[in-house]
Amino acid sequence: MKVLVAVKRVVDYNVKVRVKADGMGVETANVKMSMNPFDEIAVEEAVRLKEAGKATEIVVVSVGPTQAQETLRTALAMGADRAILVQTDVETQSLGVAKALKALAEKEQPGLVILGKQAIDDDANQTGQMLAALLGWAQGTFASKVVPAEGTIAVTREIDGGLETVELKLPAVVTTDLRLNEPRYASLPNIMKAKKKPLETVDAASLGVDLTPRLKTLKVAEPPKRAGGVKVGSVQELVAKLKTEARVI
Amino acid sequence: MLITEEQAMVRDMARAFARERLAPGAAERDRTSAFPADELKAMGELGLMGMLVPEEWGGAGTDILSYVLAIEEIAAGDGAISTIMSVHNSVGCAPILKFGTPAQKERYLRAMASGQMLGAFCLTEPQAGSDASALKTRAVRDGDHWVINGAKQFITNGQNAGVALVFAVTDPAAGKKGISAFLVPTDTPGYTVARLEHKLGQRCSDTAQIVFDNVRVPHEAMLGEPGQGYRIALANLEGGRIGIAAQSVGMAQAAFNAARDYARERTSMGVAIIEHQAVAFRLADMATRIEAARQLMLHAASLRQAGQPCLKEASMAKLFASEMAERVCSDAIQTFGGYGYVDDFPVERIYRDVRVCQIYEGTSDIQKLVISRNL
Repeated sequence: MKVLVAVKRVVDYNVKVRVKADGMGVETANVKMSMNPFDEIAVEEAVRLKEAGKATEIVVVSVGPTQAQETLRTALAMGADRAILVQTDVETQSLGVAKALKALAEKEQPGLVILGKQAIDDDANQTGQMLAALLGWAQGTFASKVVPAEGTIAVTREIDGGLETVELKLPAVVTTDLRLNEPRYASLPNIMKAKKKPLETVDAASLGVDLTPRLKTLKVAEPPKRAGGVKVGSVQELVAKLKTEARVI
Repeated sequence: MLITEEQAMVRDMARAFARERLAPGAAERDRTSAFPADELKAMGELGLMGMLVPEEWGGAGTDILSYVLAIEEIAAGDGAISTIMSVHNSVGCAPILKFGTPAQKERYLRAMASGQMLGAFCLTEPQAGSDASALKTRAVRDGDHWVINGAKQFITNGQNAGVALVFAVTDPAAGKKGISAFLVPTDTPGYTVARLEHKLGQRCSDTAQIVFDNVRVPHEAMLGEPGQGYRIALANLEGGRIGIAAQSVGMAQAAFNAARDYARERTSMGVAIIEHQAVAFRLADMATRIEAARQLMLHAASLRQAGQPCLKEASMAKLFASEMAERVCSDAIQTFGGYGYVDDFPVERIYRDVRVCQIYEGTSDIQKLVISRNL
């Protein structure tokens, strides 16, 4: 079974994000960029499936600027076999990316597509679901456990009430949650090998996909600063404030 | 200096590993002096223990820039572990790679490159440091064997190494050309850990005095030719010194990061202390000094990578970086005030860990001697 994994280049999770002066986005100049952590989990799961003999080839895909090649190399160093960059300089949005992934899925014919459940930049949490809908494939989102069988895959999902396990008919789309696995560090020999693995660059037009943004960003702002708390003198005062000010009881 | 995409990947991997796997336990290891066996095993699996060893001998086969970038990051996580790594790569693996026979490489290098066996470098003696020609340890030929007697001082990994590279006088009349090198498995009868040092810092890295009491090894244990020992000892001098510079930069960076983050959080007189110019300017100076040292270090590494002479540049990098690091760590403590002096925060430990960078692999005074002779 071939596995397609989608990864996104985002601001590194250790960076303290700052809003740009024009309020139209966040500062990315001279900021460390890395693979979206949920996508790292997706790559790791694919590599584990291959190591377990359940997957035969791992193709890693990114939609984004030329620099996203670095992100793809990281995935190759973790154990993916080859990479495809859908090169674009426009702001990537969920629907456009889902369409590009659909085109690639039709071309590559994978048995399974694995994506992070969301990217830590826009936290949209849509691409996987949109991709499954566009392809008409089954989807298992927020996976904390993935067990492939013959022609099916059991996905344990983290939901509000606890865990739910669904069985999907392959081909299918799976999106990863934090507890699915702990991604490995790319070993030095694998980093050295990564540069010899194939990395193909295509443009969206050649896939017949229009990546033009459909959503317009109006304003990006810092979250409001947390105000200091208040000390209450008695239980009565606390209950009164919870009722009248916080309105939680 | 601009680095390649691949070098950046190596650095990023080492940084993530150091941040997630080394830094959290560094204070505990400092308290207990517990040898970091698990951490070194993981580092071996990642290829960090045989970085400059080619793939055919089980190493990672990276370039020197990748190596120093990784040392810097590991040092930022735990300075003591970076010393174990540096000694193992630089004077453990490298001499065997350069001077070893295929049989010696098969027996030692393969296991060392994957981190399964640690190496120790036994040159310094109680009465002979940088003056290697004053060695007193003797190896006397007895048929097909050599019998080694003597004592070695300040041996990193002395207790935990699987093999020790031992320098001994084989021809007392020949001076420096009478020194030979031997690969001695540490389970050889007579290899004795006489003492473990109690140190100011870098406590989880063992530093031992080793006594060789009639240690008998076959002639095949000799590394290189008879009388080649001094050359072997000095062959990777530059590499070792650039490595210490990288450790200094890494530890200074870690102390700086802690001070910067604290200065953003800690408030006095109603504002974060980083808003006070005295604190902000000190941090600016610290960051500038670290960057200057890093560039000296990377420049020396790039010369060595290109096979160009870099004796002076390596000494300059080591001298500047190690002295810079003590100053920056001291400034980091100052930024924390009283909290910098207690072990709730990492800066007092880093200050102790980094001090030895001005001493080992040639003291600052020796570096100045080398530089002054190359003016």
